[in-house]
Amino acid sequence: MSLRVNDLRVHYRTLRGEVKALDGVSFTMADGEILGLAGESGCGKTTLGKSLIRMDGRMRHAGGTVELDGRDLPIGDDKAMIAFRFHEVSLIPQYSMSAMNPTRRIGRMVAELLRSRGVPLDVKELESRLDLVGLPREVLNRYPIELSGGMKQRMVMVISTLLDPSLLIADEITSALDVSTQQAVAKALLGFRESGYVKSMIFITHDLALTSHIADTIMVMYAGRLAEKAPSNKLTKAPRHPYTRLLINSLPEIGVRHQDRMLKGIPGSPPSLLDPPRGCRFRDRCPMAGEECAEDPPPVEIEPNHFVACWKA
Amino acid sequence: MRQYFGRKLLIYGLTFVVAVTVNWMIPRFMPGDPVASMLARARVSQPAAVEAMRAYYTNLFGFDQPIWQQYLNFWGALFQGDFGISIWVFPTPVADVILGAVPYTLALMIPAVLLSYWIGNRLGAFAARRKLLDNTVLPVGYILTAMPYMWLAVILAWGLGVTAGWFPVAGGYSFALQPSWSWSFLVNLLHHWTLPFLSLFLVALGGWAIGMRNMIIYELESDYSNYLAALGAPTRLIRRYAFRNAILPQITGLALQLGVLVAGALVTEIVFSYPGLGSLILKAIQNQDFFLLQGTFMFIVIGVLLANFIIDIVYVIVDPRTRAGMAGAQA
Repeated sequence: MSLRVNDLRVHYRTLRGEVKALDGVSFTMADGEILGLAGESGCGKTTLGKSLIRMDGRMRHAGGTVELDGRDLPIGDDKAMIAFRFHEVSLIPQYSMSAMNPTRRIGRMVAELLRSRGVPLDVKELESRLDLVGLPREVLNRYPIELSGGMKQRMVMVISTLLDPSLLIADEITSALDVSTQQAVAKALLGFRESGYVKSMIFITHDLALTSHIADTIMVMYAGRLAEKAPSNKLTKAPRHPYTRLLINSLPEIGVRHQDRMLKGIPGSPPSLLDPPRGCRFRDRCPMAGEECAEDPPPVEIEPNHFVACWKA
Repeated sequence: MRQYFGRKLLIYGLTFVVAVTVNWMIPRFMPGDPVASMLARARVSQPAAVEAMRAYYTNLFGFDQPIWQQYLNFWGALFQGDFGISIWVFPTPVADVILGAVPYTLALMIPAVLLSYWIGNRLGAFAARRKLLDNTVLPVGYILTAMPYMWLAVILAWGLGVTAGWFPVAGGYSFALQPSWSWSFLVNLLHHWTLPFLSLFLVALGGWAIGMRNMIIYELESDYSNYLAALGAPTRLIRRYAFRNAILPQITGLALQLGVLVAGALVTEIVFSYPGLGSLILKAIQNQDFFLLQGTFMFIVIGVLLANFIIDIVYVIVDPRTRAGMAGAQA
């Protein structure tokens, strides 16, 4: 097992109390696995991604453990995490467009970053990776402003994976891109895994369609908890959790004229995580909800590698 | 690049013309008659002699010509480096009077501006996000920057000069000494320089420190800082990058503040009777000395424009984005 997350709880401190953004999430990832993490805004997917590498000042590790390659990740301890960052866990952030220092040439920035981590800069290696993502080598002599959005994205991808991390967190990296660039990015990510630059990857997105092309496994989250986790084709073809089903139903399909059949959304909105209700959190929006849903549904492995947290599944 | 500086030069040229015009207008539309005051100083009682002197002076200063002719003459003389003859210390040329005062003002201004800028920015950058320091630097900075220059000058003169007796409170050097390149004179000069320098330095220091502190906090929240932190970069590197980016608005701030700083220096000089341009302006106003006033203003205008131009160049060197913009304009 590459990554083992056990009952992870991460809360945000706010003036009105603690927002339980991540409220007991457990899952494992195999070596070389790409895990697609999907769900609507505020379901905790970005919080999960951030928790695994660097919590911001408002986040608090409220419980649970994370184990990477058999070693405990001290995710609540900012200082102790430094040793793992970049070397073991790395991040391609949501904000690739502004992730590079605007007043440094990219090559110099990379060199300074590596030196600060005590790693010598291997120019040959860097250049071969630029080739892999299709960036000309002279980008290293340019300032970030001289690159297009897609180039910046790819440059950040190269930087983040330069030390061959065991786990790469790609946080909504395709959200701001057009479809053809999305595909290029997806290909590059798969290429990174093939070349062994990264072992496993968490691909955070709200785009289920794109995830199913990249990820081996998809995990759907709802209101800070795991809803369903299954191999990609199984989750998209035969979802068991009502939330997953509704989510997939609300996607447009090729060949269907939506003039005739209205696209369905999911009525309602997720509960407040400041003081989440007892029982299944999807209960209020769920068409199948019943008496037993007043109790918390535990994630159950109904088939090998297919976990569902629902009494009705 | 050429286009950029061409445009800048044009703007500076226009500013210069407007400044010169305003400069020429101010003393002329000021109430009072300089020739009359010169005549009063001469204490001549015979009406005929007074009349002759009035005609002489009016002609000498060109006041007998129509006002547009005076304006054109002013420009003509300006290009010959001729600022006219001082009325206050008649008949010394204004240029000589000013050149005697300029070294004092520059010796006061340049170290005060550069040191306060440098130290203030370092201090602010260092204090940002460090609780204890932040809690001391910030309030002290606010108090300093909120002080009017002359008020701080008066307090320093009273505290360190009059009460403690450590520093002299007036003049550029002791009246007992003759200006020379001797050690004792230089030490004396420095001794007199300290208080006016301090009052300029301290007020500016607070402003820079506060500005830099706020900018650094903003930069530390920025995406590139977060990215570096996520990759485990040490705080030192992140702060260095933040400083490099935060200094850009501070450079613009320096350009904007320059005029205020000059005004502050002038007032401070007056408090300490420091023999620089500030004291000269006061004397010129008190004596209705048009030419001296014009000449001093002229020097200040040229100085501020020149400094702004230098800052423009520095900005281009420091911020790659302005250079990229220029390349785009060429293409």
